[in-house]
Amino acid sequence: MLLKDRAETVIIGGGVIGLAIAYNLAKKGMDDIVVLEREYLGSGATGRCGAGIRQQWGTEMNCRLARKSMDIFENMNELLDTEMDIELKQQGYLLLAFSDKEMEQFRKNLELQARENIPSREVTPEEAKEIVPHLNTDDVVGGTFCPTDGHANPFLVVKAYEDAARRLGVEINTFTEAVDIIKEAGRISGVQTDKGFIATDKVVNAAGGYSCQIGEMVGLDLPVKPERHEILVTERVEPFQGPMVMSFSYNIYCQQTPGGPFLMGFGDPDEPASFNRKSSWHFLEEMAKKTYKLLPALGDLRVVRQWAGLYNITPDRQPIITESREVPGFYMAIGFSGHGFMIAPMTGILMSEMILGEELSLDINLDLERFEKGNLILEPSVV
Amino acid sequence: MDENDIIICRCEDLSLAEIREVIEEGYTNIDEIKRIIRLGMGPCRGGTCLQLIDRVLAEYQGAGRDEIQMPTNRPPVEGIKLKEIVGDAVER
Repeated sequence: MLLKDRAETVIIGGGVIGLAIAYNLAKKGMDDIVVLEREYLGSGATGRCGAGIRQQWGTEMNCRLARKSMDIFENMNELLDTEMDIELKQQGYLLLAFSDKEMEQFRKNLELQARENIPSREVTPEEAKEIVPHLNTDDVVGGTFCPTDGHANPFLVVKAYEDAARRLGVEINTFTEAVDIIKEAGRISGVQTDKGFIATDKVVNAAGGYSCQIGEMVGLDLPVKPERHEILVTERVEPFQGPMVMSFSYNIYCQQTPGGPFLMGFGDPDEPASFNRKSSWHFLEEMAKKTYKLLPALGDLRVVRQWAGLYNITPDRQPIITESREVPGFYMAIGFSGHGFMIAPMTGILMSEMILGEELSLDINLDLERFEKGNLILEPSVV
Repeated sequence: MDENDIIICRCEDLSLAEIREVIEEGYTNIDEIKRIIRLGMGPCRGGTCLQLIDRVLAEYQGAGRDEIQMPTNRPPVEGIKLKEIVGDAVER
């Protein structure tokens, strides 16, 4: 397909974030939207993520984005006019606390979540065991549970947004790389790709783990860093675990996906910032140990495959959704810190509103200036 | 033979007809096809289907089989139980 040589907006990154933005812009009537994706759609963080959808967050912004995004996941077939089964499963997230201090933090989170209309509640170790009978609760002091949290299939959500965007005339170019962003008199004038030049005055950085590289193209040193996170998937088995089981201190998440396989991962505290996306034996061994201890019944499951992807981490573990002050016309939906997939639906709407100068449908402030001011509100609930 | 009856991916039960449908939608890459219909994602890890899909794609693209890019080969090489990795004795 030939590239348009002129666009109203060029979106760099064909993951769920870029596609959700493209779709929402087109739905609001913008013409000539171009999406650039270096590989295939969802080839970066989206297609490598843990597929969880969680509303139990520890900051107002993350709670708000996740709560409203869940509404969209629940109504995605109607909203995106698709028959596709996105494999939405809402059987909850069970978050486990392993110390009184952690439980105190959970209680604070619950208060915040209640204010944002998130139906989470505190559970005792006994109640946790009722929810997940094969759970080893030996060291568990308590937890929280939100029954509407769950899972959706990232590949199919990407496809749903892709199909909807294409129907509205969005040009999506896969295997096409943005190599430079050209500025004239401080403003954006176009994007140079490996297949030609596109004149535009608006560019959206939705490049996930590679967003710092896109920032460099306009001379911005963005406060984001790529960090490898690894995952494995097991063979399919009959459904026996409803909720995602998760702990920040024990450092694990593990969910049975609707098709039957279990997906699990943890965050290595010693992982350096890098673009490394290779999987490691160390992960496999640690993951097996953690899972076998906490969920012994899973010991008999065979690992089918392991892989890695990049978190794009910000200092406060909250995303950056804003227009640059230094470079007008340069927009960013980056730094999702491991939870971009689950808040992509709302991010798509908010970014389209920002670009079109509309009033935001959700009260958020996720600009870059917060990192200069200090006083960051840290998201405590990240694996 | 009816292409609905020619099974390319046994683990995910995908016929040649179903694979053609996705290719004709415009997807040209094994990784794309894999993600949309789960080709090669079952317990045999693409042992059979990856040997067949490159021929189908090569035909569409008028290319040689060698020119079709294979998906990343991901460990482990074969299914291994979590408790085996931990080192717990397992009956074989």
